[in-house]
Amino acid sequence: MSTEVLRAPPDPYHLGHLPSAADAPPQSTGHGGGGPAPKRIVVGYGFWIFLLSDVIIFASFFAAYSVLFKATAGGPTAQQLFDLRNTAVQTAFLLLSTFTCGMASIAVGARSQKWTQIALLCTGVLGVAFLTLEAREFASFVARGAGPTRSAFLSSFFTLVGCHGVHVTAGVLWLGTMMAQFYAKGFRTDIRHRFLCFTLFWHALDIIWVAIFSLVYIVGTLPPEFLP
Amino acid sequence: MFGKLTWQAIPLNEPIPLVSGLAVYLLLFVLIVWVLAKGYGPYLWREWITSVDHKRIGVMYFLLGSVMLLRGFIDAIMLRAQQAMAFNAPGYLPPSHFDQIFSAHGTIMIFFVAMPFVIGLMNFAVPLQLGVRDVAFPTLNSVSFWLNAVGAFLVTLSLLVGEFSRTGWLPYPPLSELRYSPGVGIDYYCWAIQISGIGTVMTGVNFVTTILKLRAPGMNYTRMPMFCWTALASNLLIIAAFPVLTATLAMLLLDRYLGFHFFTDMYGGNSMMFMNLIWAWGHPEVYILVLPAFGIYSEVVSTFSGKPLFGYRSMIIATMAICIISFMVWLHHFFTMGAGPVVNAVFGIASMIIAVPTGVKIFNWMFTMYGGRVRYSSAMLWTIGFMVSFVVGGLTGVLLAVPAADFQLHNSMFLVAHFHNTIIPGVVFAVFAAYTYWFPKAFGFVLDERLGKWAFWLWFVGFWVAWAPGYVVGLEGMTRRLQHYDDPQWRPWLMLASVGVLIILAGIVAQVAQLVVSIRTREKRRDRTGDPWDGRSLEWATPSPPPAFNFAVLPNVKDQEPYWDIKQQARQAMQLVTPEPEYQAIEMPRNSPTGFVTAFFATVTGFALIWHIWWLVILGLLGAYVTFVVFAWRDHTEFVIPAEEVARIDRANRAARAERLRELAR
Repeated sequence: MSTEVLRAPPDPYHLGHLPSAADAPPQSTGHGGGGPAPKRIVVGYGFWIFLLSDVIIFASFFAAYSVLFKATAGGPTAQQLFDLRNTAVQTAFLLLSTFTCGMASIAVGARSQKWTQIALLCTGVLGVAFLTLEAREFASFVARGAGPTRSAFLSSFFTLVGCHGVHVTAGVLWLGTMMAQFYAKGFRTDIRHRFLCFTLFWHALDIIWVAIFSLVYIVGTLPPEFLP
Repeated sequence: MFGKLTWQAIPLNEPIPLVSGLAVYLLLFVLIVWVLAKGYGPYLWREWITSVDHKRIGVMYFLLGSVMLLRGFIDAIMLRAQQAMAFNAPGYLPPSHFDQIFSAHGTIMIFFVAMPFVIGLMNFAVPLQLGVRDVAFPTLNSVSFWLNAVGAFLVTLSLLVGEFSRTGWLPYPPLSELRYSPGVGIDYYCWAIQISGIGTVMTGVNFVTTILKLRAPGMNYTRMPMFCWTALASNLLIIAAFPVLTATLAMLLLDRYLGFHFFTDMYGGNSMMFMNLIWAWGHPEVYILVLPAFGIYSEVVSTFSGKPLFGYRSMIIATMAICIISFMVWLHHFFTMGAGPVVNAVFGIASMIIAVPTGVKIFNWMFTMYGGRVRYSSAMLWTIGFMVSFVVGGLTGVLLAVPAADFQLHNSMFLVAHFHNTIIPGVVFAVFAAYTYWFPKAFGFVLDERLGKWAFWLWFVGFWVAWAPGYVVGLEGMTRRLQHYDDPQWRPWLMLASVGVLIILAGIVAQVAQLVVSIRTREKRRDRTGDPWDGRSLEWATPSPPPAFNFAVLPNVKDQEPYWDIKQQARQAMQLVTPEPEYQAIEMPRNSPTGFVTAFFATVTGFALIWHIWWLVILGLLGAYVTFVVFAWRDHTEFVIPAEEVARIDRANRAARAERLRELAR
């Protein structure tokens, strides 16, 4: 094997934190040129790939929803059930939480414990508010006899939207853990990597919500003549 | 308190599952007692169970696959025995039990034999071939393995507590709905697959990241060994396909547990949606298994022909073409659904097109052998046996891709013979070839060749004797999964198939004997150079077995066959051409029990979900969450191997290679 000692190439991602060539293993973009990519790139990239797999779960539920959209079995239709005002408030909460999550990223970048905690707390509160509205909506549907067992359409609706809700719940749990970790351990590299993954997760949930908002709620409340 | 779980769940009136289940758990118990009595417990815990080393995880996957192969094969013997006896007679298995056995056979062979084998081989070989020290996420890798083991454990547990699914290896609704399958069989199936499926998706994430982001310096895409390319394609398919399986089974579970109506065919539910969704995963799954197998054959053919792989770039294109087209053919599993001539024609043509890149591969392997100095070792025999047999399996597949023909052959034994003809020579032979090929790398000694060749010939002949009759009875109109039959025409063929299973059994006995003999004579079989086959890719540059860090210094890749290139230069100069490097301390990830503990809680949660024990579900999930937090709370995640230790290990490796060169010079 060729064993010449390699010098670290210039930092292609401009991360600015690469140690000097003498004490670091060779690192690079991972496109094949200069060896393994830096840890932060590997962690972020891996999490992106995971998110793609998660998006495919949602895609399957979206597919089931569109197949079963008209399978109301004589029960209530989307038109009769959905309340766009409620959904609009939910959407506002979630989009705002994405903004505060971005603020948290900036605070972490500035290594400000106070602002990190405040921004994350806001994110969490907005997330819980979103979940509360969603739970109220679900409860009102069930109370009106439009639970998931009423028709295939409602089964697929509750599954798709509920799956997003479960993800947000998991996100809130994760967020609490991140806050505790920042508080207890400070801005350690591996915790910042984990936080990077958390922000990716939170933003991805937002993107999926935008799809749910448009394809489920807006399309669902369109007058029938606009539907295929 | 215990949900649906009562003493009735123990099958006291069915001796076969009871005795076999008890035997399995007794054996497991004896094994654990033996390990603890001998004092191996701490060693196993430290070095294997908590290991995050990709090589050890690979070996454990392989062990899991081997154990489950025995279980799945016993099912196969039982199925063949039943059909040999059940001519105008009830046989020895009542229908309810027979149905469980064919369901368990298929489920186990795909999810808990083929998948662990293939993933285990990727674990073992991919980082070594890429010239790096581990996968991207070593602890996650351990979690993946243990979640897979949980699935296998739950399926085995169904022997003793409750029952297994009776709907075949895929739980087709409406039969699998609560109304028609009120027992826990389907629940065992679904939760076992869900839990191991999470592990598989994480494996996919891990390996895609590893292959795309962690490679030795200079290892461009067009310098990666073919096995790494096929592993990449396979893991991309895992990421794209396995979530569909998870979502589909989640919908079925919601139907069963909470009264939803996805597939019930009532209240607007649509069972055909299940077929579409499950095969949108199921067909890519076929290629998830067979693409790495193609990679293994590529490595073996090139090594034992002493030539670079013919048409390397066309091989890459063929692999990626299969990767994409595999998502466009799923409907050929249910042409008879009646989607109409246009849809059927489109999917029929796509299914024929996917045979083209596979054909490209077969020709590439043949041309690699052409003009080479072919060594007919047992790994090469498996490969040639594959090429000869797989062509038949592929061609019968093209026949089935003709919708009009499929209307006749759908669900017949012809179909069953076709997919056994692709999976056994395609995947299983590859696993055995890889086992022979990489065994010395993993354990430091070579397997016995004479018994290895016996194993090959017995498997090869046994496979054809067992499955050629399948084609015949299929064309004579025999459908699959028959518990008994009354057509005298089929009888001789089914008897012949049973003989074939016995020949395969002899092959398995030969493999066990091969392993035992090789271990007992291991001192004679030591692989001292780390390169027993005159290999071409980077794994052969490490000693056998490789140290925890694989490479003392990351190799600098300048060629498509980096190790062959280095070796040629050394042979010409008759000395090691590279000067001793400056050794540096290496940071490696610390071992972690996270995987094992997660698996424990996953088992508890899975079992509780199957039996509707809700408090235990909550406890299990809480435990899993706490495990993750504890893992995240660790302060020391790495340990350092000092430079002197690295130097000592690498100097031994260099000395062994220098010695070999001197031998060659003499």
